[in-house]
Amino acid sequence: MLTLYGKPFTSRLLLGTARYPSPEALKQAVKASATEIVTVSLRRESARARTGQGFWGLIEELGCRVLPNTAGCRTAKEAISTAAMARELFNTNWVKLEVIANDDTLQPDLFGLVEAANVLVAEGFEVLPYTTEDLSAAERLVAAGCAVLMPWAAPIGSGQGLINRDALKTLRAYFPDIPLIIDAGIGTPSHAAEAMELGYDAVLLNTAIAEAGDPAKMAEAFARAVEAGRLAYEAGPIEPRDMAQPSTPVAGTPFKVDHAS
Amino acid sequence: MQILLNGELHATDAKTLSELCARLGFAEARIATAVNGSFIAASSREATKLAEADEIEILAPRQGG
Repeated sequence: MLTLYGKPFTSRLLLGTARYPSPEALKQAVKASATEIVTVSLRRESARARTGQGFWGLIEELGCRVLPNTAGCRTAKEAISTAAMARELFNTNWVKLEVIANDDTLQPDLFGLVEAANVLVAEGFEVLPYTTEDLSAAERLVAAGCAVLMPWAAPIGSGQGLINRDALKTLRAYFPDIPLIIDAGIGTPSHAAEAMELGYDAVLLNTAIAEAGDPAKMAEAFARAVEAGRLAYEAGPIEPRDMAQPSTPVAGTPFKVDHAS
Repeated sequence: MQILLNGELHATDAKTLSELCARLGFAEARIATAVNGSFIAASSREATKLAEADEIEILAPRQGG
């Protein structure tokens, strides 16, 4: 059972709602993934198009817990204002805190992130920060009051998988009691399974499912991979060895002459 | 009076933020507002007076990752 800010969840897969070919494709993917938490954003509403009003209806249909993000915010101040608007709009204290440093890498600005996290926690938010694998930033975020950390695997939308696997292992070892969610950079179900095998508590992804040829089928594939990876972690995987070791018993091997006797 | 509404110049004679929202057809809409970079709660829109060159953000739910 996954517990985030005191709330229990059966599914360890969190899903983004962007980039699907159609609202129907999003609905089917959410259903196939069995996810219980979806991420959403806030954008400027046009008086003519009223796009957000229609999307709100779709969100309600999904029946999932909503995790609003502060995507696109470049400063702590922008992220803090956006979080406040999200809290009112979505009626939740949860926020996926993003402060973005660079448009090419969409890398978190760790300084702005820590600054915003401190303010938001003090204002009663339950902050899920989108961060890197950096240990000192993670320590500052936890000290600020973040009870969940969401390190990237690779840049958002890149689908490269766990490009800094060793650092992610270290992060897991450093924070055994903090729920860690891999957020961003996952491309295929094997990446998600790998993260779960390392002991990560959950995986958040969007593009890998939304832009797949068949989003619903890929959502199911990811759901199974996340479950398989978690089971493997709980089961305790073997350590890799440099040399071969026969799996079939050696004792009683036929046609062998025992020279020792 | 000229204001910046969602990043674009907008002429209005609305006196308050709630009046502006109503004129845009957002009276009953699911929106959140900010003035000059700071969040303004729905309950405070009535009391929030608008001034020349104010920067208004009106946001709504959207797809996100």
